[in-house]
Amino acid sequence: MRTKLSIATVRGEFLRQVEAISNENLLACNQCGKCSAGCPIASTMVDILPNQVIRLTQLGIEDVLDSQMIWACAACMNCVAHCPKGIDLPRIMEALRLVAMQKKGDRMAVNQVPLEALGEIPQLAIIGGFRKYTI
Amino acid sequence: MSIAYFPGCTLSTNAKGYDHSGREVARALDIPLTELPNWQCCGATFPLATDNSMAFIAPTRILAQAQKVDGHVTTLCAICFHVLRRTQYFLDHRPEMLERINWFTEEPYEGKMRVSHFLEILRDQITWKGVRERVTNPLKGLKVAPYYGCLLLRPQKEIGLDDSDNPRILHDCLNALGCEAVDFPYQDECCGSYLLVSKPELPQKLAESILLSARKHGAQAIVTACPLCQFNLDYPQRLGGGGHMAQGGLPVLYFTQLMAVALGLEPASWGMESHYIDPRPLFANPKG
Amino acid sequence: MVDRALVIGAGIAGIQASLDIANSGYEVVLVEKEPSIGGHMAQLSETFPTLDCSQCILTPRTVEVGHHENIQLYTYSEVESIDRDEPSGDFLVRIRRRAAYVNWDLCTGCGECQEKCPYKAESWFERGIGRRKVVYTLSPQAVPNKPVIDAEHCVYLQSKWELSAGRVPAAIGAKGNPAKPKCGACAKFCPTGAIDFDQQDTIIEERVGAVIVATGYDLFPMAKLPEYGGGRIPDVIDGLAFERLLAASGPTSGKVVRPSDGKVPREVVFIQCCGSRDPEHGMPYCSKICCMYTAKQAILYKHRVHDGQAYVFYIDVRAGGKGYEEFLNRAQVEDGVVYLRGKVSKLFREDGKIIVKGVDTLSSRMVEIEADLVVLATAVIPRIGNSRLAEVIGLTLDEQGCFNADNEEFNPMASNVPGVFLAGAALGSKDIPETVAQASGAAAKVLSLFQGRKLKDKVEAYE
Repeated sequence: MRTKLSIATVRGEFLRQVEAISNENLLACNQCGKCSAGCPIASTMVDILPNQVIRLTQLGIEDVLDSQMIWACAACMNCVAHCPKGIDLPRIMEALRLVAMQKKGDRMAVNQVPLEALGEIPQLAIIGGFRKYTI
Repeated sequence: MSIAYFPGCTLSTNAKGYDHSGREVARALDIPLTELPNWQCCGATFPLATDNSMAFIAPTRILAQAQKVDGHVTTLCAICFHVLRRTQYFLDHRPEMLERINWFTEEPYEGKMRVSHFLEILRDQITWKGVRERVTNPLKGLKVAPYYGCLLLRPQKEIGLDDSDNPRILHDCLNALGCEAVDFPYQDECCGSYLLVSKPELPQKLAESILLSARKHGAQAIVTACPLCQFNLDYPQRLGGGGHMAQGGLPVLYFTQLMAVALGLEPASWGMESHYIDPRPLFANPKG
Repeated sequence: MVDRALVIGAGIAGIQASLDIANSGYEVVLVEKEPSIGGHMAQLSETFPTLDCSQCILTPRTVEVGHHENIQLYTYSEVESIDRDEPSGDFLVRIRRRAAYVNWDLCTGCGECQEKCPYKAESWFERGIGRRKVVYTLSPQAVPNKPVIDAEHCVYLQSKWELSAGRVPAAIGAKGNPAKPKCGACAKFCPTGAIDFDQQDTIIEERVGAVIVATGYDLFPMAKLPEYGGGRIPDVIDGLAFERLLAASGPTSGKVVRPSDGKVPREVVFIQCCGSRDPEHGMPYCSKICCMYTAKQAILYKHRVHDGQAYVFYIDVRAGGKGYEEFLNRAQVEDGVVYLRGKVSKLFREDGKIIVKGVDTLSSRMVEIEADLVVLATAVIPRIGNSRLAEVIGLTLDEQGCFNADNEEFNPMASNVPGVFLAGAALGSKDIPETVAQASGAAAKVLSLFQGRKLKDKVEAYE
């Protein structure tokens, strides 16, 4: 099944939104892959690589909002440290998460975290997690 | 001259040992810390969307509180440090955002706070030489791997605590205490952070690589500056000494705890009661 | 107005330009910073895409330059100042010839001094692969084949200067014998007495009518690539160092071995774009030649180590010249070089191997390779000396530090200063065919300047 590209997608509202929320120039990315090469999360188990998240967004393909990767970014900044174009991927991931949640609602609810875990897990994780997965 | 101290939520609950040992070390080194009255959580994550003014209110309020205490605020938690330091940088460069945020806080933040991590105070004010001179119980022969994690160092431009490609601050701290700082390639690889809440298998996997690498390079313990890193490395080892992961368990300590031991402070001030892998056996026979 | 040319830099660009002008009957003053000529091309093993032996195609030209009656060659020299003579427009050039501590008029190039010198030092020419003697020529085929003494590392000279500066006691020994400088082996064994420890720098003045700047390039320092070891891992080397491993006349006689333990590497990783295409940490531009020379090095490696495997991490492969695309295909098909599309995030040493963490975006896989040797294709950068030379001559530099052409598209060999022309990598990275073409282009500009003046004089004589 082919992905249809046109001005409406490649210069469409979706890309503009992500660029505005993140304040990043996504078109500067030439897909060198250094971000993916150093991503500790991508080396474990996600469906697409960070550079592919950027690629799909560059092309205005909104399916990227269904990927696991954007929810798995922990903003460790290993990508930012080495990106030759200085692109801040965590900001782009956050923008994508916000767009996704505006369309489809919160990603996580409190009752999803098992009660025993709530007692053991450091507050930082709970607050941080909920800030990223709810709006 | 007092330095405002922001403990943060986790240091007041799950990571009390970090807070306790930190305060004891500060006392022993004559660093005057004044806990901020009436503080609240910093937010735990630095807001990455550029227009998210609401999310900046919490850290700005902390800075506004701290400016009443001599213009300098410090913290032990690497995440709080990251949020406050980057917030300071952000507000410095976006005065219109500062103005907007001040509409929502009870007192306006003037914008001139100095935010530092406790390690910087040790390095720049006390100096590592000064620390070494106060060590009465040098931890000779103890091989400790310094685990920097991410938020203490990156992004280099805004944080500027150390060279993020080749950090030395924890190494220098360990050396000052008499330990042998063990270099290992996973020293600044992410532990998984808050993904613990949504995808707990991710931090578990990451912890495996970090612990294995540290062990491979001869570490007897790991030292960190972040309560979430400490948890993510300690917690997975709880089932029977860590199994293949660390062959009998690799204790994960806060640098202040190690300092408390080396400075000859009472075991009650070490704050080591609630680790999954108990680090106390390492110090069972104090070397004079 | 004098019809002589000054050529600054005797790499292949300077050599070609000098020969073109000299063979047309005009005199050339050729100034080279190093003790001998040939530039970086003399360090290479083979050239792409023909795989010609670099020395074999270079040496006939260097020898021609060395013997040419129209070329006045000053090596181990630098241009110190240039003044313009009005109204002739001639250039009054001051050249400083550094003290070599060897009298080249007496030296026969026999090589005894190099044999007998007991001390070695790092050689920029060998790029960390091998060391050379303190009294040295750059290579056995050096033109001129006369040595210089590296004063900084010369035990005799250093101790002599310490003594005369009073930094060590004047008398030593139980009998209070006067202290003498140590070593001096070269002087003892030189059959013609050519060693001259009291030699000084000399200043030479020349008058020329045109100048060609052909000062070449440098490489991005590995120290600026901390994620790739920062230059501290012995088995992570740059492209020119790998050339020295491949070169038959190099420090390992052409055996590809690991610098750390001398073993033959079975898995070699080549990483392209180290410092290139990187506005944040390095140079924003593409260095143009690395895709081709990396393919060449991977092919040559496979020819030397038949059961070895080469991997190349790339972003895009740039192979636009004649025969270049076919050369790349040959690397992948005939020599089984595995091309992985993606950059390497970091590498580190473990258990004697180099763990390389990269990605292949085409297959969407994070990859990890336990390499025996890693070769970094570091960015081609302008020489640090360019800014000083630009000031001396009045030239302008671009943002990165390369010389600006008068018009990059339409007048690329001319500079902003009338009578001064440019050629080769001093303008920006380029391969050998383009360099030679530019050198001849700059030479043609000079010849046309000289001929044009003659013609003008003739016309004026009629009027």
